[in-house]
Amino acid sequence: MARKISFKQAINEAIAQEMGRDETVIVMGEDNVGGMGGDGERDAWGGVLGVTKGLYGKYGDRVMDTPISESAFVGAAIGAAACGLRPVVELMFVDFMGVCFDQIFNQAAKFRYMFGGKAVTPVVVRTMIGAGFRAAAQHSQCLYSLFTHIPGLKCVVPSSPYDAKGLLIQSIRDNDPVIFFEHKLLYGLESEVPEESYTIPLGEANIVREGDDVTIVAIARMVHVAQQAAEELAKEGIHVEIIDPRTTSPLDEETILDSVARTGRLVVVDESHPRCNMATDIAALVAQKAFGDLKSPVTMVSGPHVPVPFSDALEDLYIPSPAKVKNAVKEVLEYAK
Amino acid sequence: MTTEINKELLLRAYRMMRRIREFEERVHVEFATGEIPGFVHLYAGEEASATGVCLHLRKEDYVASTHRGHGHCIAKGMALRSMMAEIYGKKSGICGGKGGSMHVADLALGMMGANGIVGGGGPLICGAALAAKIKKTDHVAICFFGDGGSNQGTILESLNLASVLQLPAIFVAENNGYAESTSSRWAVATGNIADRGAAFGMPAAIVDGHDFFAVYEAAGESIQRARSGGGPSLIEVKVNRYFGHFEGDQQSYRGPDEVKKLRETKDCLVLFRGRVTKQNLLTNKELDEIDAEVSNEVQDAVAFAKQSPKPQASDLLTDVYIAYA
Repeated sequence: MARKISFKQAINEAIAQEMGRDETVIVMGEDNVGGMGGDGERDAWGGVLGVTKGLYGKYGDRVMDTPISESAFVGAAIGAAACGLRPVVELMFVDFMGVCFDQIFNQAAKFRYMFGGKAVTPVVVRTMIGAGFRAAAQHSQCLYSLFTHIPGLKCVVPSSPYDAKGLLIQSIRDNDPVIFFEHKLLYGLESEVPEESYTIPLGEANIVREGDDVTIVAIARMVHVAQQAAEELAKEGIHVEIIDPRTTSPLDEETILDSVARTGRLVVVDESHPRCNMATDIAALVAQKAFGDLKSPVTMVSGPHVPVPFSDALEDLYIPSPAKVKNAVKEVLEYAK
Repeated sequence: MTTEINKELLLRAYRMMRRIREFEERVHVEFATGEIPGFVHLYAGEEASATGVCLHLRKEDYVASTHRGHGHCIAKGMALRSMMAEIYGKKSGICGGKGGSMHVADLALGMMGANGIVGGGGPLICGAALAAKIKKTDHVAICFFGDGGSNQGTILESLNLASVLQLPAIFVAENNGYAESTSSRWAVATGNIADRGAAFGMPAAIVDGHDFFAVYEAAGESIQRARSGGGPSLIEVKVNRYFGHFEGDQQSYRGPDEVKKLRETKDCLVLFRGRVTKQNLLTNKELDEIDAEVSNEVQDAVAFAKQSPKPQASDLLTDVYIAYA
């Protein structure tokens, strides 16, 4: 039986193992070492939530802190990637993407296309997503759909420690720019993870739970919310199938369409803001390619079109709950023209 | 210098610094009980900076702050009750409980907000200063940022823009030596942030941020320059923060006893008191009275926050836009 480690430790291990295997892999970001220049501990933080702790001790100068200047240091990671390194750069909160997005979406994403197929840009941008920390509007978003929108980027959103390690190792080895989204509320989640290095291909969804009544596609932490709803629904004799896409770009369309062909009903659970999110993308995919299979309209479960509120009383209303997922499942089951 | 400052101003200065200190020390205590949600970033230790600058300002002047914004908010005249209620996530908070500590703001007072994005205030202040220039008022706009923010592209870009357009903006770099866990000795390429003033064509000064009078003098000169159409300035205020980057930060990146020594030797309130009493400008009794009043005021603010209700479900969807038509 494999030992259990946390989501956070799995990510740390993936990076450490790849750095051991490939000397071109470097790590950079704000406080990724932590304590640079001060009189206290070196590696004092190892990342704001400790995800990169210990890497500096193992690999020294290949792990570096950066000043708070995302345009400059994310851009530098991208330039270094185009020149033969494999940087793993941290954009601490995805909410900060605005201060460096040009480097990601106009430069890294388009070098291969604009330069006629001659550029290789193997950069990984790791970034935190998700609400539930009471961190308010500017620290709680899930913005993977904005990156998914850009041709030339790959987008990875793991929901478990096992997936996180395999997908991150794959991402580091991938020769295209990859954005790796880590839900901050999952960092403490533990599951069995092999000690050896392994990869999970990008673009392959995971069927987390099998069932014949309704297909649920859920992303990141919503996979666990959907599982809780599924347990409760099973007691009422309703058996749902839960699909975790694992990567939003490329998206495993086949697994989703095959499931809908069997169940005829789809609920998509996406913690992102509701407009132009992955739920709308997947709903449109199914409407376009599996219209004949549908017995009811697609239902999307997201928060409302508002910034993430601060007060816990409001934030708890914003984040999709198991109850909301259950209601959505019953809605598609009870639909009649 | 002190002879140019009248007694009324001295009392206001002390009260303002004491309000900030008392507020922050109390939030530190209350946060540890677990009742305050989210993150708070405390300003204790830096009071003379906000006070020395903001005492020059009128209601119509603008200020933009950082994530460590409570001090600037109080110095710009925001009410303690609605600030505290906001930090507690209550409906009676100045932002209705929807912003929290990092986004506390009051535009009616020219307070453009604390900001969750490092360096976020730079461009906002250029906009406020530009509006003053176009409207031909003599209002000014102050951008507070830290040693961390001093490396942010937005700040550097803002320094350049304010200079090119000769905007009535003052950039105040509060260098407390740490950007989160990272020392400014490592992260700031030159020793002094003030060196960047020359790089962007504006006058710059360095002041000791524990000395209210030094801050007040330098700020006065910059603000007067801006009001009279002389363009932007950069002031680097050397300060120290007593608490961590956020509440919960164990500060293992600081030297042993570092904070203890700062509280003993670099307390702007103690230094102020020593100076004004020694020069017979104010008495200990007068200052003690202020201490007692402020203590009650903060206590009242906390009580108000605690007994205030949280926002309701119907509050979730409001005020995203001005018109929903």
